[in-house]
Amino acid sequence: MSAIEARRVESLLRELAPQVLGAIVRRFGDFSAAEDVVQEALIAGATQWPAEGLPDNPRGWLIHVAARRMTDTIRSDSARRLREAELARQEWPFSDPASFEADFVDADDTLTLLFMCCHPALTTSSAIALTLRAVGGLTTTEIAHAFLVPEATMAKRIVRAKESIRTSGIPFELPDAAERDARLASVLHVLYLVFNEGYAASGGDALQRTDLSNEAIRLTRAVHALLPDDGEVAGLLALMLLTDARRTARTAVDGTLIPLDAQDRSLWNRETIAEGIALVSAALRRHPVGPYRLQAAIAAVHDEAARAEDTDWPQILALYGVLKSLSDNPMVALNHAIATAMVVGPAAGLALLDALVADGRLAGHHRLDAVRAHLLERAGDRAGAIAHYLAAAGKTAGIPERNYLTTQAARLRGD
Amino acid sequence: MKYMLMMHAPKEGWTTAGIGTWPPKDIQAHIQFMMDLNKKLAASGEFVDAQGLAGPEEAKSIRARKDGTPDTDGPFAEAKEFLAGFWIVDVDSPARAYQIAATASDAPGKDGVPLNMPIEVRQVMSAPCQDV
Repeated sequence: MSAIEARRVESLLRELAPQVLGAIVRRFGDFSAAEDVVQEALIAGATQWPAEGLPDNPRGWLIHVAARRMTDTIRSDSARRLREAELARQEWPFSDPASFEADFVDADDTLTLLFMCCHPALTTSSAIALTLRAVGGLTTTEIAHAFLVPEATMAKRIVRAKESIRTSGIPFELPDAAERDARLASVLHVLYLVFNEGYAASGGDALQRTDLSNEAIRLTRAVHALLPDDGEVAGLLALMLLTDARRTARTAVDGTLIPLDAQDRSLWNRETIAEGIALVSAALRRHPVGPYRLQAAIAAVHDEAARAEDTDWPQILALYGVLKSLSDNPMVALNHAIATAMVVGPAAGLALLDALVADGRLAGHHRLDAVRAHLLERAGDRAGAIAHYLAAAGKTAGIPERNYLTTQAARLRGD
Repeated sequence: MKYMLMMHAPKEGWTTAGIGTWPPKDIQAHIQFMMDLNKKLAASGEFVDAQGLAGPEEAKSIRARKDGTPDTDGPFAEAKEFLAGFWIVDVDSPARAYQIAATASDAPGKDGVPLNMPIEVRQVMSAPCQDV
């Protein structure tokens, strides 16, 4: 099997992983045990398929192997003698893998699995780890590398997440209509965090962490395929694409950050931008609009400008106005202040920053100082700008960001 | 988000009242406490690293001379406290890091009395920024 075919096997396995896991969980109920046997089935596929060629029905093949192991597990578990007796009486009904399709496979399984893994009863870090493992099909080692923690720690985190699901009695089912939006919001939030972790990565193996963004995009694509009429899902996918399109322009060869207005726009991925714009344009026609769509629309306005000075700031300001009216988020208010400064002038932006300082929720956050520094510089207050660039540098937890901010201060001092 | 928890021990009285002067059962209780804490952090999926450092008697401060060779200074008898050990934890919130630090600060000392050591908590850089 060629390298290309081997990659095809790998991507097929990852695509099928959540469907197989969903099918097994739905049939057997035990999420933790199902996860183990599905991993075994995927490993069996990964070793046998490149050597023997793809089976006619890869999904049925995997479900067959996983279900077999599951029954073996149940049979060998002495604490389940009663069920063993019951199973022993049953003839294995699925000799033909094709017959699984009707019995086992449900298109919503991937979605159900996502709802389960991103359940609000789990901590955010647990939900992220479990989603990447169970839905993304990543190995524990890969997830541990991506988040720069020891493998044993990540393994424990996943075990605990599964334990939380078991003890909280979270059912394997799609939430009803009343709960659906709230639960979908937590799914989208987890996917957004995974994307952000990869996109904003500044430590560790850059390649590994870039994979997190790609993984988030892949999973969000899958959710979008299952819920094509949901404007927020489309909005999140568009936001990821429109942001990811700028990835190569965002950092210099030496790793330093390049702000949006100084990026080489010829490096932006036009194809990805076109896809994102098409997605967000369609999503904005669905009402009521939500925050992901609006953020995607703002990203689209930036991406559409051939030069930084061509940016349609009045439109961005209007979009931030709508976003601000939807959610009482101080970070949105901060971006609204920047857009105001771009349209009306730095003094108007600085006045809005004062209100944000009084609000207190961003107290100690480096972005507040960084934005103030930028606006002071535009207003001609060099000393004030230097002081706030340095204050921001002292507060950020991002190394490239700190380097960028200290360099800005040095530039103004004329070093 | 990752935090480094740095445990500072008082230098004063290190030789007269430090861990080396405690009865064996108190030393054992202290070590057991630290091992249990690390086990708990591992089990909660928050453990990244933890190390105890050798005593301050041999602590050195190094600077490069002009030719790049090490210029060695110390140990420093006048220092008020010294770094005894550290943890790196990966947690969901700063509040959780502070809680872990408080637990570590409560480690038992002589006669089982909590040491109440100051634990300096610092965020490890390279966390993602929020400006997508």
